[in-house]
Amino acid sequence: MNIYVCVKQVPDTETKIKILPDKSGIDLSGVKWILSPYDEFAIEEALRLKEKNAGSTVTVVSVGPERAKEAIRTALAMGADNGILVDAPEGADGALAAKAAAGAIKKEPQVDIIFTGKEAIDDGAAQFSQFLAKNLNYPCVTVVLGIEYGPGKVQCRREVEGGAVEMVEATLPAVLAAQKGLNEPRYASLPNIMKAKKKEIKTYSQADVGVSASDQKVRLKNFELPPPKQAGKKIAGDIATQAKELARLLREEAKVI
Amino acid sequence: MAKVLILAEQRDGKLKKTSFELIQFCAKSGHETHVALLGDGVAGLANELGAQGAKVVHLAEAPELAMYTAEAYCKVLVELAKSLSPGFFFAAHTPTGREAMALVAQELEAGYASDCTSLQFQGDNLTARRPLYAGKAIAEVEFLGTGTRVLTVRANALGASAATAQTPQVQKLSVNLAGLKTKGLSVVKGATARPDVTEAAIVISGGRSLKSADGFKILEELADTVGAAVGASRAAVDAGFRPHRDQVGQTGKVVSPSLYIACGISGAIQHLAGMRTSKCIVAINTDPEAPIFQVADYGVVADLFQLVPALTQEFKKLKEH
Repeated sequence: MNIYVCVKQVPDTETKIKILPDKSGIDLSGVKWILSPYDEFAIEEALRLKEKNAGSTVTVVSVGPERAKEAIRTALAMGADNGILVDAPEGADGALAAKAAAGAIKKEPQVDIIFTGKEAIDDGAAQFSQFLAKNLNYPCVTVVLGIEYGPGKVQCRREVEGGAVEMVEATLPAVLAAQKGLNEPRYASLPNIMKAKKKEIKTYSQADVGVSASDQKVRLKNFELPPPKQAGKKIAGDIATQAKELARLLREEAKVI
Repeated sequence: MAKVLILAEQRDGKLKKTSFELIQFCAKSGHETHVALLGDGVAGLANELGAQGAKVVHLAEAPELAMYTAEAYCKVLVELAKSLSPGFFFAAHTPTGREAMALVAQELEAGYASDCTSLQFQGDNLTARRPLYAGKAIAEVEFLGTGTRVLTVRANALGASAATAQTPQVQKLSVNLAGLKTKGLSVVKGATARPDVTEAAIVISGGRSLKSADGFKILEELADTVGAAVGASRAAVDAGFRPHRDQVGQTGKVVSPSLYIACGISGAIQHLAGMRTSKCIVAINTDPEAPIFQVADYGVVADLFQLVPALTQEFKKLKEH
């Protein structure tokens, strides 16, 4: 099988976010970059599918600046076979990224299935998988917790509200967006880390994959930090007093109970 | 003013509160408010939508729409949006809305802003703001092209607006759903009757200091007195006390309820990112230096195993009055 995984490099969850003086974005200096956590479940699913189907290859695709190669290498170190980067500037939107990834995948000989994370934890937009699927005219299932593979189709367990699960069938090729819980991602082995360092990552320009700046549909501006919280009230006293006073304040002052 | 279109989301014949928030908001801002209602045997919900301020309800009914699939919804919604050409097309940022609307936006080649937490209309100019890095920053979304703008909005972000109730015009859509590549097979209900953490008006969360899955029972009892959802920190989820779907934080759910009660949660940056937009935050922790107190409106330094049951009794008393 020809299996694809689209990944994104994002700031680590512990990053302290600083806004640029002109409010055009965040200050990227000193940011520690990681592979977006949900993408690890996508890579793991791809590797497991490869292991069940001899002769399969797993190709990892990312759209972003040169630094995004590190995210691809993380995936290669987990066991993926090939890497492709489409060079795109900081601030490229999901529409441009999806068209670029689709352009790169269309250059490949055959596609059986594409995995992604259910969202990237930087913008949390949860849009790329659907954009990609539409670009390729494939069906798409997001927030996937489990997959049963059948001939020419998959049955997915999809997480929805209140712990309910939808069972959805999709024909292949399809784009499936992984939720935490789909599997337990493996750690990269030392030999694979060494091998990943040497692997060549195919690089395309935007023009190579038929994308230009005009494919960008939205731009983010006027970045702000969330308004600082006023110092709250500490509620003193013994347990009974604290509970009674808290309940009173929530009812009478905050009016939320 | 431009027409607006809103997806009225229903599950099991029950409309989502966030859809109501959107209809009220658009009707109050003076826009001609059109609503799309999809399902099978849901025509009876049209009047409920009118009561929120919907002028026109576009009704699509078909057996293939009885259970949501992104593909079928997209097909119906794209056709409707193309014939109506609304200035804006809104939906709630729910498992349904966020999956389907990105497909709709892509097919319409429209600009898309998901998970917005603030919308402001000035005539036909809309300022939409959305969180990034799970709420550690907020930015405005500038739409670069023309045509319909597609947006999803987080639950509880708009709140209720006073809009005039209408008797809506109901327009039936002819639905052609041949050639679909996805099929909804079944929905397996969750084990809990409690609301989802992303939708609940009140969320009560616990950390690893609850000590076990059983330890969360006292939070569940507190939650059930006020119809709240029960959430958890990443540490509690990693320890196996709660399922991942309850996790609040940057690698879990991002919530903005009117009341968030953090019990035994220290307040790691990745947890704060998931709940700091809550309107009122209560922190209960034995450690007076815990960072959670810096974002709390009300802080209680106490042992949660004593305080939470006492609070449950107090909430029960309030309910009786």
